[in-house]
Amino acid sequence: MRAQFVLSEIGVGLRRNLTMTFAVVVSVALSLALFGGALLMREQVSTMKDYWYDKVNVSIFLCNKNDAKEMPKCAKGAVTKEQKEEIKADLEKMDAVDTVHFETVDEAYKHYQEQFGDSPMAGNITPDQMQESFRVKLDDPEKYKVVATAFAGRDGVQSVQDQRSILDQLFELMNGMNAVAVYVMILMLVIALILIVNTVRVSAFSRRRETGIMRLVGASGFYIQAPFIMEAAVAGLIGGVLACAMLLGGRYFLIDGGLALQEKLNLINFIGWDAVLTKLPLVLAIGLLMPAIAALFALRKYLKV
Amino acid sequence: MIRFDNVSKTYPKQTRPALRDVSLDIEKGEFVFLVGSSGSGKSTFMRLILREERASTGMVHVLGKDLARLSNWKVPQMRRQLGTVFQDFRLLPNKTVAENVAFAQEVIGKPRGEIRKAVPQVLDLVGLGGKEERMPGELSGGEQQRVAIARAFVNRPMLLIADEPTGNLDPQTSVGIMKLLDRINRTGTTVIMATHDQNIVDQMRKRVIELEQGRLVRDQARGVYGYQH
Repeated sequence: MRAQFVLSEIGVGLRRNLTMTFAVVVSVALSLALFGGALLMREQVSTMKDYWYDKVNVSIFLCNKNDAKEMPKCAKGAVTKEQKEEIKADLEKMDAVDTVHFETVDEAYKHYQEQFGDSPMAGNITPDQMQESFRVKLDDPEKYKVVATAFAGRDGVQSVQDQRSILDQLFELMNGMNAVAVYVMILMLVIALILIVNTVRVSAFSRRRETGIMRLVGASGFYIQAPFIMEAAVAGLIGGVLACAMLLGGRYFLIDGGLALQEKLNLINFIGWDAVLTKLPLVLAIGLLMPAIAALFALRKYLKV
Repeated sequence: MIRFDNVSKTYPKQTRPALRDVSLDIEKGEFVFLVGSSGSGKSTFMRLILREERASTGMVHVLGKDLARLSNWKVPQMRRQLGTVFQDFRLLPNKTVAENVAFAQEVIGKPRGEIRKAVPQVLDLVGLGGKEERMPGELSGGEQQRVAIARAFVNRPMLLIADEPTGNLDPQTSVGIMKLLDRINRTGTTVIMATHDQNIVDQMRKRVIELEQGRLVRDQARGVYGYQH
């Protein structure tokens, strides 16, 4: 086959159908960008899970002297030294418990300042407003209930909190957003496919004279179909490249520049550039192959031998 | 070269067959006129040879091959040995004369050197030497048909099928086209030509096959257009 001949035919075809080609490129780009976005979001959730599940623990907050009036559980006043020692001993006896760390008021204040030091509220908080707490790391995070029931009602304990449940809400939200992205992606993908099929048919129809002559002089089915399929593939590839640009741009805007989430939310470890880069070949391959296959199906009816 | 054995063709959703029980042989090197009124089955006959349609019953052999048993992907190979010419020329309006002829070679992957040699040669043969760079729109009907014949013949087919090639041309131009087809026939190429042109058939005195309502009603060795004339 003569490559130059085929290539010139593709160029002619794409230009003739400029508006349709444009529509195909845009819809392919959007659907692939959503696809890549959903993949990255999933990866973000799983990196965060890995990072945070390791760090979170069950916190047993103890009553401080200010709580007595506001919290019914602390009606008996601040936690006593005996109560603390008793709780610590009981914690260490439990099978489910891995390590126990006692966080003093000063430590709590320091952590608070680290996390929220920038916010205007932070200036008004004094160390004596902070609570003492036991930070308990469990062998199996699922055993949270055992710890909660054992200590929740005890004297001197204000509340028992499983940090994992807070994170799970966040992850649920992120997964929910992810699901929406996937649905929108599927819709865009269907639109893209319909557009491709339509574009290829219009293209085949406008060139039925050429293809009719090609058939008569004995050009093979593949030779006749190749320009149309490659037309679709080229449009799809352009869409794929745009989608890649959107993903790279999106990561830059959200995490580094623009919104600069990396700076604002320095507690979250975001996915790196490598995560984005590894998705790009897949996005490009789908951008190239999906329209080509759609075109092949569209042509079956229109360009039979 | 071509053999029809009890061939019938009924198109889908139609009750009346377009071709009924046609049997005939066409030998290598023959020149055959196919006559009959519109709707008599001439086009179906041509389409069966080109394997654009398949026979409903009976067997069609072209160039020694049973077309019913020829798989789809082998059809292009078979068509490369056939040339086709139509009443409406079917040239590509945005390509030059030379490009139109070269197109038939490009799409079957002939090397460029061969194309460069073959195209001027065949254009000389049809009497269009020196008009390589003209556009089809600038040519007369007769000249356009010559381009179409050049395109059909450039791959040196065994068989040339012409569907009313003179249908759009005046009598004088038609004579020129017939002389050209006769010349091509003398090179050993079998020519099958469907026509309504009584004068041409009567002058040429070639084999005449007449179809009427899908039936073969006449097959005459050195025939004329109709019995009455």
